[in-house]
Amino acid sequence: MRYSALQILKNGLTGNKGWKPVWRDPEPKKSYEVVIIGGGGHGLSTAYYLAKNYGVRNIAVLEKGYIGGGNVGRNTTIVRANYLLDGNLEFYSHSLKLWENLEAELNYNVMLSQRGCLLLAHDDGQFDDLARRGNANLATGDDAVLMRREDVRNFVPYLNFDDARFPIRGGLLQRTGGTARHDAVAWGYARGADMQGVDLIQNCEVTGFKIEGGKVLGVETLRGYIGAGKVGMSVAGRTSQVAEMAGMRLPIESHVLQAFVTEAVKPVVDTVISFGMGHFYISQSDKGGLVFGGDIDAYNSYAQRGNLPMVEHVAEAGMALMPMIGKARMLRSWGGIMDMSMDGAPIIDKTPVDGLFLNGGWCYGGFKATPAAGEAFAHLMATGNKAEFASKFNLNRFETGHLLDDEGTGARPNKH
Amino acid sequence: MRITCPYCEERDSREFEYLGSAKLLERPEGDAVADFHDYVYLRENPTGENAELWQHVLGCSAWLHVLRNVTTHEILDVKLASDVKEGKA
Repeated sequence: MRYSALQILKNGLTGNKGWKPVWRDPEPKKSYEVVIIGGGGHGLSTAYYLAKNYGVRNIAVLEKGYIGGGNVGRNTTIVRANYLLDGNLEFYSHSLKLWENLEAELNYNVMLSQRGCLLLAHDDGQFDDLARRGNANLATGDDAVLMRREDVRNFVPYLNFDDARFPIRGGLLQRTGGTARHDAVAWGYARGADMQGVDLIQNCEVTGFKIEGGKVLGVETLRGYIGAGKVGMSVAGRTSQVAEMAGMRLPIESHVLQAFVTEAVKPVVDTVISFGMGHFYISQSDKGGLVFGGDIDAYNSYAQRGNLPMVEHVAEAGMALMPMIGKARMLRSWGGIMDMSMDGAPIIDKTPVDGLFLNGGWCYGGFKATPAAGEAFAHLMATGNKAEFASKFNLNRFETGHLLDDEGTGARPNKH
Repeated sequence: MRITCPYCEERDSREFEYLGSAKLLERPEGDAVADFHDYVYLRENPTGENAELWQHVLGCSAWLHVLRNVTTHEILDVKLASDVKEGKA
């Protein structure tokens, strides 16, 4: 069913009885041309673009839980394109362009809100860094506005400008950044893929690969063996485990990242703000909750929950930046497992196994990448070549020395 | 998490800094590039038990070899990293 204002009116007048389930719940077939492991944002968008842009029919997405139940439904929903290095710049720039057209593309309201994304600086060195970053963004064709202290004060007057340790020196605003409704992104891509005949198979955990003569032939799952011409791994946080079943060791550690939401309050934060000291970022959801997060807990973890020291750190950072946040009561906190790569950048590449492809290592930047990562991964799987806007996310870049270390912290995943 | 330092007894994990996998104790012999690539960049990244290096930065500064369950965050065993390294040599 194509959604439209007319449909809403018609169903509104007839007791909303005309809405149908948005995707099918098919039994797995014996084999597929392409199998994508992981029904998260990236896996679903990969399937969508494989069907739409490359005419691949006969695709299955295998999800061990349910659609939208992984990291795509557990993030802080921020969309932006304010990276620094070549490789990241053109990729996130392309992704933001796809975001801007996503609702028309999917005929689905992903509630993209380009409310701006502001990075703050607290000393001269940081301010110079932001100027450099802004120039890199402008040169890529993206938006960047360098704001002096008084400009920032006019834009977000409720911040603490005179904190003794971290006074606000200025900021870099990207007016095209913002937020999107994360669940709707998963549902929109799932619906779009399903409408093109992609089988979305839930409760179907992959337990092994069938590899013969260096070529992948299919996957073992809890719902039986499924043959495949090509297999793509798109499994956020669990990439090391899935790749290990194919005999690979990866430049990835898994860490837990916590996020928090307060009770709903009246509209107050109408943009996305990132504190430049410590790692703290905040926005306000359409329901009114203040949504914020900080750093990863900084040790390997597969527990989908963090520990109290980081909760305390995030609360301290929030209070330093925006003292009024102390009046709000924290409603929920949760943790998601991140593929932390050794340079902070992702991997979209072939693997040493013929027909097996890898999309992973997204650290905590995977949500904003959802459209472009899917398109790039689909391009790679369909054509065997890397997309122009995603040509540097190589699996072997650690051997060749072509690292994409945007933060310049070295091979320390807990420092990215 | 609380970590029992061999010198300082049980302490809050906030006193410790995490470095990464204890495989970092096994620096390759020789200068083969492939060996160093594996050493610096590749990780086992297991679920369950993981051998790790932590430093007691706000205590005695000792480097510790910590066996920890990364699925439950339970600390299973703590030794001095130097003891572990010498035991292997």
